[in-house]
Amino acid sequence: MVQGVLTLHKAFDTMEAVSKICKPVLAPGAHFLMGDEAAAEGAIAAGCRFFAGYPITPASETMQHIVNRFRDVGGVFVQMEDEIGSISAMVGAAWAGAKSMTATSGPGLSLMMECVGYAAFTETPIVIVDIQRAGPATGQATRPGSGDIQQVKWGSHGDYQIIALSPWSIQEMYELTIEAFNLSERYRTPAFLLADEGVGHLREQVLIPETHVIWDRPYALGKPPFGEDALDGVPPMPKFGDGENLLVTGSTHDPWGYRKTQDSKVHHTLVHRLNRKVMDHADEIARVESYWMDDADIAVVAYGFTARAAYYAVKSFRDRERKVGLLRLITIWPLAERAVKEILGNTKHIVIPEMNLGQMAREIERLVDVQITRIAQVNGEVMTPTPILEALETCT
Amino acid sequence: MSEELLKYYRQEVFPTPFCPGCGHGILMGAIVRAIHDIDMPWESMLFASGIGCAAWIPSPHYKADTLHTLHGRPVAFATGAKLFNPNLNVVVISGDGDLAAIGGNHLIHAARRNIDMTVICANNQIYGMTGGQVAPTSDLGDTTVTTPWGNPEPPFDLSKLVAAAGASYVARYSVTQIHYLIKALKKALQTKGFSFVEVLSPCPTQYGKFRGIKAAQELYKDLKSRLVNQKDAQSMSRDVLRGKFATGEFVIS
Repeated sequence: MVQGVLTLHKAFDTMEAVSKICKPVLAPGAHFLMGDEAAAEGAIAAGCRFFAGYPITPASETMQHIVNRFRDVGGVFVQMEDEIGSISAMVGAAWAGAKSMTATSGPGLSLMMECVGYAAFTETPIVIVDIQRAGPATGQATRPGSGDIQQVKWGSHGDYQIIALSPWSIQEMYELTIEAFNLSERYRTPAFLLADEGVGHLREQVLIPETHVIWDRPYALGKPPFGEDALDGVPPMPKFGDGENLLVTGSTHDPWGYRKTQDSKVHHTLVHRLNRKVMDHADEIARVESYWMDDADIAVVAYGFTARAAYYAVKSFRDRERKVGLLRLITIWPLAERAVKEILGNTKHIVIPEMNLGQMAREIERLVDVQITRIAQVNGEVMTPTPILEALETCT
Repeated sequence: MSEELLKYYRQEVFPTPFCPGCGHGILMGAIVRAIHDIDMPWESMLFASGIGCAAWIPSPHYKADTLHTLHGRPVAFATGAKLFNPNLNVVVISGDGDLAAIGGNHLIHAARRNIDMTVICANNQIYGMTGGQVAPTSDLGDTTVTTPWGNPEPPFDLSKLVAAAGASYVARYSVTQIHYLIKALKKALQTKGFSFVEVLSPCPTQYGKFRGIKAAQELYKDLKSRLVNQKDAQSMSRDVLRGKFATGEFVIS
């Protein structure tokens, strides 16, 4: 089953993140996987060799799959005492040089939030797979929801940026996990795979390509690990044991990591840079996919598993000669503001189906001055085309 | 501090932020002496610490890799680093509130795992940095800012707790027992498995003040009067031992 070798090129001593072309660990070709499993395979393909996790429905399968696969590829796995321990261990391992991952759901993500802020503030790359389920609180553990769209961005205190991607297929559970690692490494910030129980527990074919690209964090010795002359730059990240005498701290710090809890200029500069390093590159980071939008008067905006139902509904309307299009958000955060405004700006009506009470709809409402119909489905079921078709009927 | 030991410190950040009379300065030096005396390679060290005065012992004073984490979590962060790079010599230095209250779960699980690291708990029986709130190590009846009518709760015996959880080496000494403290630190560092050294390190600014002991010297005398050799303590009743600390080694592997 395991063929091909992850060829690791020598990392250059450079200020920039480095990309390299790699062969996958799974044999190229077709595989039949569950969503949770595909995320684990994507992580391994991206170079993840540290996983710390805690059981939670519906994400446990990712953990169970990776513990076995790590024996094949040589990774470090630990089941920690809780989610807080898991994300803490991930950050510690990241500073020891690891690409670290965990897999959880809404309740676990809530517990991890303090450390998400720590990872953002210390510019520690980590990847969190969130297989969302119906909430709030314990909710419906085995049923889907999209309730973490805002939590993943705002869950921790203070002003910081994260990157979140939303897969709609098992193929994307694999590919977007690789992309989450790549973005996390390039921008030294936490990245999330915002999946849901619908796509997490689904089984589909995945086509593994011959090669893929992975990115490694910028790496240099003797340079400040927490500061850049560029106001939106990403500094290099050495690791423990390199002889750098690293000063990693969650307190406000200067470019070398010295605590500066009474210095206004340092705090201002750091908070701004951490936000700008992602926001100034939002157009490069944020990806969308549009279908039939060129002449569309009506648009459906959707993401994740819901986008599959949206695609079917929009295609049905197209088949009836109606000018409807679909804008699928692949990146949830940072928002694809420019693409959204450009693509939706000339429409007359937008329909936004979500498995929550309009967590993305409120963002689109803010960005475009077009009439918006929300389909807010919070019943623990995946979206079907029916409510979308009904909403589209009322649009003309 | 002798000249040859100064090389382990970032002297540019001196003076330390510790209050006059704080025990942490003594502990800071004791740890450095222990590592130096056993020839543990300084470049292999990783010092993790949480939030609180004791957590500032390694960060930023030790010229080594330091990891200043979230409150209560240094043991969990350190677990990740150690698992991914077992060549690191991992030492966690933090306070009683950080390690045993908010961090209690990580502490007992790391002891249960017997992961190869040393945890040094500076126990001053109070939350010092935040202004003197009660800690799970404060004595029954102690007056603190959050127990103004006397603490209604009894304290942990931290050494017993960690010993029961599965640690390979457990010892408790006061900063007033510097010779034995350094010996214990050396043993802890050299023990393969989870080592725990509880260090009684007084806080005159908060704890002393609330106990009505104004002068730091009096607080140290008071602490010395509350120490009992752990062998003698075994034959003493709980009533007699209340408010006292049994010092010595509890688990040796």
